[in-house]
Amino acid sequence: MELEELSGRMILDGEKIIAPNEGERGVDIFISTSSAGGGLQMMVGGVVKSMTGESAQRAALGAGAIVMDVLASNDGRMYHEKVQRIRQLRPDMILLSGGIDGGTVTHVVELAEVLEAANPKPRLGMNYKLPVIYAGNKNAREPIEERLGKITDLMTVDNIRPTLEEENLQPSRDKIHDLFMEHVMAQAPGYKKLMSWTDAPIMPTPGAVGEIIKKIAEAENISVVGVDIGGATTDVFSVFQGQFNRTVSANLGMSYSVCNVLAESGFENVARWVPFDMDETDLTNRIGNKMIRPTTIPQSLEALIIEQAIAREALRLSFEQHKEFAVHLKGVQTERTISDAFEQTSSGETLVNLMELDMLVGSGGVLSHAPRRHQAARMLIDAFLPEGITQLAVDSIFMMPQLGILSTIHPEAAVEVFEKDCLIRLGTCIAPVGKGKLDQIMLHYEILLPDGEISGDLKYGELKLIQAPFESLEVKLTPSKGLDVGAGKNEILKTKIFGGVVGIILDGRGRQPFNLTEKTEKRVSQLKEWSEETNEYPQLENSNV
Amino acid sequence: MSRSYTPGLKILSRTKIIKRRQLPMKGNVHLKIGDIVKSDEIVASTELPGNVQMLNVANKLNIEPENVPECMLAELDESISKGQIIAESKGIFGMFKNQLKSPIDGTLANVSEVTGQAILSEPPIPVEVDAYTSGTITEVENEEGVTIETEGVLAQGILGIGGENRGILKIVTSSPNDELTVDMINESHKGMILLGGGFINLNTFNHAKKMGVAGIVSGGFDYTDLSKILGYSLGVAITGSEKIGPSLIITEGFGRIGMAKRTYALLSSNEGKFASINGSTQIRAGVIRPEILIPDELSNGECIDYKEADLAISEGSLIRVIRVPFFGRVGKVRSLPPELKKMESETMVRVAEIEFEDGSIEIVPRANLEMIIT
Repeated sequence: MELEELSGRMILDGEKIIAPNEGERGVDIFISTSSAGGGLQMMVGGVVKSMTGESAQRAALGAGAIVMDVLASNDGRMYHEKVQRIRQLRPDMILLSGGIDGGTVTHVVELAEVLEAANPKPRLGMNYKLPVIYAGNKNAREPIEERLGKITDLMTVDNIRPTLEEENLQPSRDKIHDLFMEHVMAQAPGYKKLMSWTDAPIMPTPGAVGEIIKKIAEAENISVVGVDIGGATTDVFSVFQGQFNRTVSANLGMSYSVCNVLAESGFENVARWVPFDMDETDLTNRIGNKMIRPTTIPQSLEALIIEQAIAREALRLSFEQHKEFAVHLKGVQTERTISDAFEQTSSGETLVNLMELDMLVGSGGVLSHAPRRHQAARMLIDAFLPEGITQLAVDSIFMMPQLGILSTIHPEAAVEVFEKDCLIRLGTCIAPVGKGKLDQIMLHYEILLPDGEISGDLKYGELKLIQAPFESLEVKLTPSKGLDVGAGKNEILKTKIFGGVVGIILDGRGRQPFNLTEKTEKRVSQLKEWSEETNEYPQLENSNV
Repeated sequence: MSRSYTPGLKILSRTKIIKRRQLPMKGNVHLKIGDIVKSDEIVASTELPGNVQMLNVANKLNIEPENVPECMLAELDESISKGQIIAESKGIFGMFKNQLKSPIDGTLANVSEVTGQAILSEPPIPVEVDAYTSGTITEVENEEGVTIETEGVLAQGILGIGGENRGILKIVTSSPNDELTVDMINESHKGMILLGGGFINLNTFNHAKKMGVAGIVSGGFDYTDLSKILGYSLGVAITGSEKIGPSLIITEGFGRIGMAKRTYALLSSNEGKFASINGSTQIRAGVIRPEILIPDELSNGECIDYKEADLAISEGSLIRVIRVPFFGRVGKVRSLPPELKKMESETMVRVAEIEFEDGSIEIVPRANLEMIIT
């Protein structure tokens, strides 16, 4: 009804959506995502935690699930502890993998026996069997069926890791989507009606966001990081070297789990972004009050600054988790023996290369609805510390999930709407990488703006904002000795960049390392300088904060 | 007239109280519709599967996994006791047999010829659900639980820890703003629910625990003290299963905040009555607030049931501000301007014009108001 009012067209005919569109009435297609019941909550299992366990986790996360726990033969827990954990968590679905094809049968069967002993019950509804997807060693299918066939709703798909060198996530992801529709969503009120309206399968909301991020990276052949910071969770999506990864930081959010951000980052890390001195008890009580009154809005400037300080930490921590997870396949055998391959598990290199990153997209209330776009740009830069040249954008009205589903039906339309209506281009961050010294020049820049060329030097510890529109602008960047701005150490970079509603932010605060001073007085004065330069909190000067 | 929906805590002097008491899994319900129950009466019970232990029979007997089933001396689902020989290898010519004793009392749940393991299950764990509040059974869900209805006082807090407790309600501070301190609590308060004022610190909480107090209701509490009681920082407001001694409910929030006068007055007027307290909180979808219930089916008051519309703020509504800079202050809505207003933070929001108790008038985002439902 609200949509009809806003669009001025009749969409509903009684309880039916009018489709296809009939001139003044109806719509072409109707699509929907769902995060009903707190989203899809899964447990996954694999033999070696950092190999098949991680592949199973990747499959579940990529399908839009929250992974509650990863069971593995080598996870260090006693048998009864695993059983208890399964009983206690009551997931919506379990994905069981383990063993390459022709590899271990015993260990996978052992995991199935853990499930059998736990006899898990689904979270929603006492009267149906828990869906379990088996995506492990094909030689173990029969004993798995014997153990789980009767007590669970067991489905078998191709092995998630048929060989050590190969990961095959799609069959598991597709099955997760099917079961999400058939089982989990079926427990949600109003589901059947919604089902009958939609022209494409309903997807878990974060799964749909992943789809559009993948499409954008593919269409433009770029590396992308997307982040969606919510009240309870923060999702990070990335595409590097054509590989898509998604992580969910289940308890890093801006309201329901805001105290967890404080607990994980520590008081000092939050306080380092606040341009005034704060008492620890006062700050923790304020953050605690946001947790128990999650829908409140920062009325005072002070409250806004504290909220955006926490957002930086929530984003930073989520991105740290993402970097650890988005890695090259672990356990891949090169010229080593199999035992070396197992030892190699902790050394899977991260795919996330910030120098390679072309675009950073932020979404979620604290970024999309920040009173000033400059604040969103600063939060993204301070949390992700992009290196070299990186475009920054925010999702204007959280349209990404819907575009994600649209991209499965009409990819070109989805990409076009994403570019034109969904994204708000903030501008570009230019950050030389390397260690700087006080008063050292980090970079000489020459930028051809529509109204003429500007040039200057960026000193260590400086942040500079240059207003520039969203158009292709030629730049020449000359880093100082030992620094890299994208073309290699000491190399001049000539390229084209884009401005945006904020402009071009030159960040001379150093990368690898990036450090804020620990001396409160100096830190406060630096934060105030950066804030003034980037137009972050212009009212700070006159406020009594 | 403009209206705005806002979350609010229920502070009701007489209302219908409906409690669902459910088992964690299917079991037996002991009562029927129409039965009258007391708060400590068991309404349903079940048995949770016992803890399981895995015994690597193949390794212990030094045999192949596929030979394990034939070496087992106990049958599946058979009761076994600690020390009982449950498996024996064939040996060589009937000699040099290895034997395996059960490490637990329980049953043999499974034997695997693939992994060579036997799964032993400890005896089931009995679980009982009591009524929590006195009242009448109005609904029975077959094998799952019951619904109990009663009438009485209902006061919700904003956050609690510790699960369900019961006791006589006792007022120990002389005003809603006083701090509840160590000297106010003694051995005579054992098993009671204490009503404090605006604040309680960790030291006082620990003293109350030592005195055997069943529950504490306070306006505010420090977040850092909460972390010390729990032994970890509460990251997400989902509580209720902590074993901390007294249940603790804070009615207003973190910090020193005087308890809302109405909450304090309502609970004070019921001093000496038997109350049920539950600290369980869930601030997520399907919100659960901590509560103090004082069932009183005998008195002849009129039951006030509020409707959805009661949660809508309109001109004249009594509200409390739930965020700085006016956090904790109570006032009346003078007007609800339709247009968005820019706050000091530059956030554009829908606002309300509030007249506070001291006569001052301020503009506050509607999202930062809480309706006081009385």
